[in-house]
Amino acid sequence: MSVDLPTVKKIASLARIAMDDAEAAALLPELNNILGWVEQLGEVDVSGVEPMTAVIPNTLRLRDDVVDADPLTGGGVRDKILANAPEPQHGFFGVPKVIE
Amino acid sequence: MSDYRIQGETGEWEVVIGLEVHAQISTNAKLFSGASTEFGAEPNTQVSLVDAAMPGMLPVPNRECVRQAVRTGMALGANINKYSRFDRKNYFYADLPQGYQISQLYHPIVGEGQITVSLDDKDPDAPTKSIGVERIHIEQDAGKLMHDQHPTMSYVDLNRSGVALMEIVSKPDMASPAEAGAYVRKLRAILRYVGSCDGNMEQGSMRADVNVSVRKPGYELGTRTETKNVNSVRFVQAVIEQEAKRQVELIEGGGTVVQETRLYDPDRNETRSMRSKEDAHDYRYFPDPDLLPLELDDDFLAECRASLPELPDAKQARYESVLGLTPYNAATLIADADTARWFEALMAEGARIQGKDEKDVATASANWLLGELYGALNRLGLSLADSPVSPERGAELIALVADGTISGSIAKQVFEIMLETGDPAAKVVADKGLKQTSDTGAIEAVVAKVLADNADKVAQYKDGKEALFGFFVGQTMKAMQGKANPQVINEILKAKLA
Amino acid sequence: MTDLTDLTVTEIRDGVADGSFSAREVAEGFNAAVAAAKPLNAFIVETPEKALAAADAVDAKRAKSEPLGLMGGVPIGMKDLFCTEGVQSTAASHILEGFVPQYESTVSAKLWAAGAGMLGKLNMDQFAMGSSNETSFFGNVISPWRRNDGGNTDLAPGGSSGGSSTAVSARIAPAATGTDTGGSIRQPAAFTGICGIKPTYGRCSRWGVVAFASSLDQAGPMARTVQDCAIMLEAMAGFDPKDATSLDNPVPHWEGALSGDLKGKRIGIPREYRMEGIDPEIDKSWEAGKAWLRDAGAEIVDISLPHTKYALPAYYIIAPAEASSNLARYDGVRYGLRDLPEGAGLQDMYAATRAAGFGPEVKRRIMIGTYVLSAGFYDAYYTQAQKVRTLIARDFGRAWGECDLILAPTAPSAAFGLGEKSDDPIAMYLNDVFAVPASLAGLPAMSVPAGLNGQGLPLGLQIIGKPLDEQSVLDAGLAIEQRAGFEARPGKWW
Ligand SMILES: [Mg+2]
Ligand SMILES: [Zn+2]
Repeated sequence: MSVDLPTVKKIASLARIAMDDAEAAALLPELNNILGWVEQLGEVDVSGVEPMTAVIPNTLRLRDDVVDADPLTGGGVRDKILANAPEPQHGFFGVPKVIE
Repeated sequence: MSDYRIQGETGEWEVVIGLEVHAQISTNAKLFSGASTEFGAEPNTQVSLVDAAMPGMLPVPNRECVRQAVRTGMALGANINKYSRFDRKNYFYADLPQGYQISQLYHPIVGEGQITVSLDDKDPDAPTKSIGVERIHIEQDAGKLMHDQHPTMSYVDLNRSGVALMEIVSKPDMASPAEAGAYVRKLRAILRYVGSCDGNMEQGSMRADVNVSVRKPGYELGTRTETKNVNSVRFVQAVIEQEAKRQVELIEGGGTVVQETRLYDPDRNETRSMRSKEDAHDYRYFPDPDLLPLELDDDFLAECRASLPELPDAKQARYESVLGLTPYNAATLIADADTARWFEALMAEGARIQGKDEKDVATASANWLLGELYGALNRLGLSLADSPVSPERGAELIALVADGTISGSIAKQVFEIMLETGDPAAKVVADKGLKQTSDTGAIEAVVAKVLADNADKVAQYKDGKEALFGFFVGQTMKAMQGKANPQVINEILKAKLA
Repeated sequence: MTDLTDLTVTEIRDGVADGSFSAREVAEGFNAAVAAAKPLNAFIVETPEKALAAADAVDAKRAKSEPLGLMGGVPIGMKDLFCTEGVQSTAASHILEGFVPQYESTVSAKLWAAGAGMLGKLNMDQFAMGSSNETSFFGNVISPWRRNDGGNTDLAPGGSSGGSSTAVSARIAPAATGTDTGGSIRQPAAFTGICGIKPTYGRCSRWGVVAFASSLDQAGPMARTVQDCAIMLEAMAGFDPKDATSLDNPVPHWEGALSGDLKGKRIGIPREYRMEGIDPEIDKSWEAGKAWLRDAGAEIVDISLPHTKYALPAYYIIAPAEASSNLARYDGVRYGLRDLPEGAGLQDMYAATRAAGFGPEVKRRIMIGTYVLSAGFYDAYYTQAQKVRTLIARDFGRAWGECDLILAPTAPSAAFGLGEKSDDPIAMYLNDVFAVPASLAGLPAMSVPAGLNGQGLPLGLQIIGKPLDEQSVLDAGLAIEQRAGFEARPGKWW
């Protein structure tokens, strides 16, 4: 499978990376090279093989339902949450107006 | 029940409805972080570094969320999947800090189940319908966007970001607004029984994505639209009506329905296309590599099952067959978990103080609750939870009637005083001297006077106008200020008039 | 007295503990070395005051005869992938320029708790994507090594932990943290003549480490000796309830159990790693490695890892797919760069911010990852790659029936010149051909210096072990170290 220019632009848009025609055109052969190369995986007979889920045998641990048990994963830290915000506004994150 | 039809210019149309209900799982902390889920806090105060998707933050699932989803699945008679996985649903939006929602697409925690609904709750004989539940999965809620605080900016509050939701997906088994309404109400009742969601639609703890399509009877399914985040039963029904009508008019006008996401505007009672989500259809779901597969062991499942309460359908059956309640009373009492709980406390206390079986006090308890208490609460504009009279106090009042201490009509007076003062029934009766008399001598004297004063009526009675018996009872009771035992009055009157 | 910056982690720790010198003297020495090494561009942020504060705390403890910790008095470099509280953390990307975390990664916090101090944040390939340190927004890192041809070609220090490898080999830090997703500790260690170990997936917490590919990312130490790596890994590893993939296993006392005696160990030589056109000097060092391990008492056996060839293409689907999603959070809303063109809406802001903030290699991988996950392609690419990954892990599982450890080259070549491979992504990716299989299988793997090639550049040998058997990996590394006699160091030209 190889991608064409409209596909590159569609992917860029899905990934939210602004890209003009020249940039997309430059990326096109690179992506096709890489995709062409990874396609050799298609040769591998994977019948009856499950996709990898846990690389080291381990099961999902669950957490107790306790609020703020660990300050690093608890709430009540608005100053820390907003400390790096480009546009903090009255305790909120400001973003350009969204029309729903 | 499914005879709902849209009358178009080209004939009748059927409506096909499926609902995706998002129910907030009742927990203290969020699905993947320790931040609180409390409603109504200051913006961004219940946000952890994890919920704000700071670089390097990782999710660790909350056991209680898993447990409540499993219990809910069990309550719907659904398959519980001992192996499930969390997947990422990728899209960009300001209320979604990670750039993906952690959800479950490929291996949800709960499989197929069902909900039986009655179209008419008021009619015990109304037909029932079984509506299929396709699946339940666990996922994160998004944050909230505020649009009206600033002329050129929207404000982002992440307090809800990461709160645990169950998405309960129905099969497209509903065919009318009424069925959809009954489904949502029944589902809400079950969630409240289980305790997995408070069902509070105004606060957004429960909201529905409404999938609607129309077709000519017997034809293939039409293209559906999905109206998002509808937050009341009434609106769910309105969306179906409006959307079905719109689709029929569109098709009959030569147009085609586009599969799209829509929004309901309650002020204008119409749905409209949500342009902002238009390009988000390629979600690139894949298993979340930060989370291993979720594997449930038998002990965990056994605890979930053992902790389930009696559910509405089973409760209704028991109320009718064991307690001997009428189907109407039974249906009314079980419709809401809190009412059933109140009733059962009232009945248990009644049985205890009267030394009887529950079934022997059930009917009197139900009648008093649904009659006297509901009437009073209605009048006072109170809910059962705010009742000034507790189940214990109610049971004492009912017991005083049962043992003949007071009559039913005195009980009404006593109850009114209890509502005001909060005093126990026995105290009211003693203070006001309302104790009923069964003193045969005293009653005989009054009866004799009543009969003497109404000799003409006695004559008419003896001529066959037997309806006058009630008049003599009434007069006697009146003369005794309602405190005579009606049974004793009856016996004496019968003897004297014989 | 010897120059303190020539000392190893072990020597510094012991010297501070026995009072041969103070932790402050050590920190001052390395701070000066860092300040004098600007031409290497190894650091994005220098934090001499942090190094001094940690040193003073250790000296104060010593004065009170309190325990100094596993790394007491050792200043280290911190790869800029680790979030450090109050100190800018960027993953070498413009999109995180100016980002000051309000939290400390678990691994860095453990190191500070063990008495280590921070010299600064080390440069790296942007978001750990790269094998030559040429993708950093903050400029290339220059290897301290030079070819012996008398020229002054700038060489790649390897990547993505190129700032780490440079700092350690140039002796401006005795040790540094690295992270390894598909070879990012081992390959730069090999390129610069130092040691580095990637532990079993799950040994080191990923909490607070900027994610590249979650199912592969593992932190590990980079230092000049095997013993130093053992010490530092002990300080870094351990269960973390904040990371759902963290292993709840006790941390062994690796340093204490270190032994170069390999009697009874079988070392597997995977025949599929003997690739067509392999550099004869790499082959020679591999042969030397076998001889050393045999000399240490081990038995050498031939093994087969049949799906080796597919590891790299599988990796270049899985890692970009995970990255495309992990990097979605860099959107200009909550932290980092925001590019808001005049009149732009939210979605335009995302696209502009990400276009301006991500470098070309990061964009390339996000594009690949987005594509392989997109509707209609997911199964053909992603699911297929994860199935191949299962087969690769199974290959190793079978091999453990025949051997206890695997010996292989770390990289297919010695360090190359900056710019030599940057036009050809696939040629660059092939650098990790020997490193990636162990990453896909989550196995512990280490690179140790094996000698110099004809150009006077270091070559590394890689030891891969069974899950959780870091001890055997370190032991074999020690056996090689004891026999390779690697004493070479880059001449100071900066
Ligand atoms: Mg939906
Ligand atoms: Zn949902």
